[in-house]
Amino acid sequence: MHPAPSVIVFSTLSGLGFGLLFWLGIDPTPPTGLTAFVFFAIAYALSVGGLISSTFHLGHPERAWRALSQWRSSWLSREGVSAVLALLFMGLYAISLIFLEMNATALGLIGAALSLFTVFTTSMIYAQLDTVPRWKTPLTPALYLSFSLAGGALLSGRVNMAILLLVIAAIFQFIWWQRGDAALSDSGTDLGTATGLGERGTVRSMAHPHTAPNYLVKEFIYVIGRKHAQKLRRIAFGLTFVLPIICLLLTFSHVLAIIAVLSHVAGVATSRWLFFAEAEHVVGLYYGMR
Amino acid sequence: MTDLPAKTDRTLGLVIDLDTCVGCHACVISCKGWNTENYGAPLSDQRPYGTEPMGTFLNRVHSYEVQPEQGNAQTVHFPKSCLHCENAPCVTVCPTGASYKRVEDGIVLVNEDHCIGCGLCAWACPYGARELDQAEGVMKKCTLCVDRIYNENLPEEDQIPSCVRTCPAGARHFGDLSDPTSDVSQLVESRGGFDLMPEMGTLPVNKYLPPRLKDSWDDQSLLAPLLEPVAEEPQGFLGWLDKALDKLPGGTA
Repeated sequence: MHPAPSVIVFSTLSGLGFGLLFWLGIDPTPPTGLTAFVFFAIAYALSVGGLISSTFHLGHPERAWRALSQWRSSWLSREGVSAVLALLFMGLYAISLIFLEMNATALGLIGAALSLFTVFTTSMIYAQLDTVPRWKTPLTPALYLSFSLAGGALLSGRVNMAILLLVIAAIFQFIWWQRGDAALSDSGTDLGTATGLGERGTVRSMAHPHTAPNYLVKEFIYVIGRKHAQKLRRIAFGLTFVLPIICLLLTFSHVLAIIAVLSHVAGVATSRWLFFAEAEHVVGLYYGMR
Repeated sequence: MTDLPAKTDRTLGLVIDLDTCVGCHACVISCKGWNTENYGAPLSDQRPYGTEPMGTFLNRVHSYEVQPEQGNAQTVHFPKSCLHCENAPCVTVCPTGASYKRVEDGIVLVNEDHCIGCGLCAWACPYGARELDQAEGVMKKCTLCVDRIYNENLPEEDQIPSCVRTCPAGARHFGDLSDPTSDVSQLVESRGGFDLMPEMGTLPVNKYLPPRLKDSWDDQSLLAPLLEPVAEEPQGFLGWLDKALDKLPGGTA
């Protein structure tokens, strides 16, 4: 799959932003006043920034509001509705904390649940697709949710919780990669089933429909990322989990905390790039590629 | 609404004969022509005379080689367009309701005024039947020539999809696959029509008819007895030449 920068920025930043909103929402003793303002400003910058970025890959961003209409059938629509509701509830919760110094617990809990659900809907956009075997697994929501919760805990300064969740997310990431590498061959879909000619012999693509590539080839068959995939996985793993955990285990300082957060964000972005770049869409089979 | 209809009144679709298709791409060109000049946004081209010329096509013809365990490989030309699936995954993923499946005839269409060009429907389609037009920013797909098949301004013989009308080999057939007595249903029944990627659960309406197995060199032709050589030895002028050349020094092959 083509790794569109806008989608990678979106899923990296929004995941962190909604993760932070979750922890702020369930906090029994949330920050108030200026401290609350800083925390919510960061959370909103990440989540809203990510959402705005996601509209950049649309052919018609001015019609994006229409995407809120089909929540009964479409995960992408559910994501939009859930994000708007989460930001609305958390906005009211934030206003009460910042300006009224009042803890509206119910608003926070509803907002936290919606924030987490938004991350879940994002993951389901990918996990629902039969056409991308690497994504079609309950491990994909587990991956997105654990990343979001770990990142949120890290951003909100919950040191012990962040370490625990980073370890859990690291385990999901490892299993997800392991499973993913065999997903296409395990799916049973190949050029034989794609053409219906597999029972007659070995099917080989002899000539593409056109001499130049097309939208399908550019969107679904992205091979550049595979050359360095293993190295990038190690880099992503080190930045997302290992370095932040080491920073958190050392004596607390703000410098170390900033290093941990920046390293984590860079690592998640690398992991998300691989999420797309390594994914094989079955349309590639028609072109004799993957 | 992007919910799929539980049942459609008719199930219009194509039956494509892989035995007859000669891979001439005439269907590709006529499709591009009709759908650029008629329904919806035109099918744009990018750099048509430059390097890497690209464009939006609703129908593309692949060519495959099938190598059986024994014997000669077989070439199969393979036209591929929207299969108008009964369980169309492209419809249910659409966030705006722009993609829909018609109750009256089962055709899957895109309302281009509501399409935001997110591309998710193309991701959900296992067949590569949807292409995001790079100039218009909306999703394009086969309409089964909905603007021809019901168009009473056209002569009756033209009230079929452009690709079917154009095919010089008669490899493309159009009709109602929910009616077991229709020509297309009969073709599917008698020729063993099959689905592409049945494991995806998309229940495609369009069917493909298998190419017949390739002849073997060892097969005995009905005409073989008629092709027996009438004379084992050359006679007349050739006979004289044969003997004369034999007499020259230098031996024979």
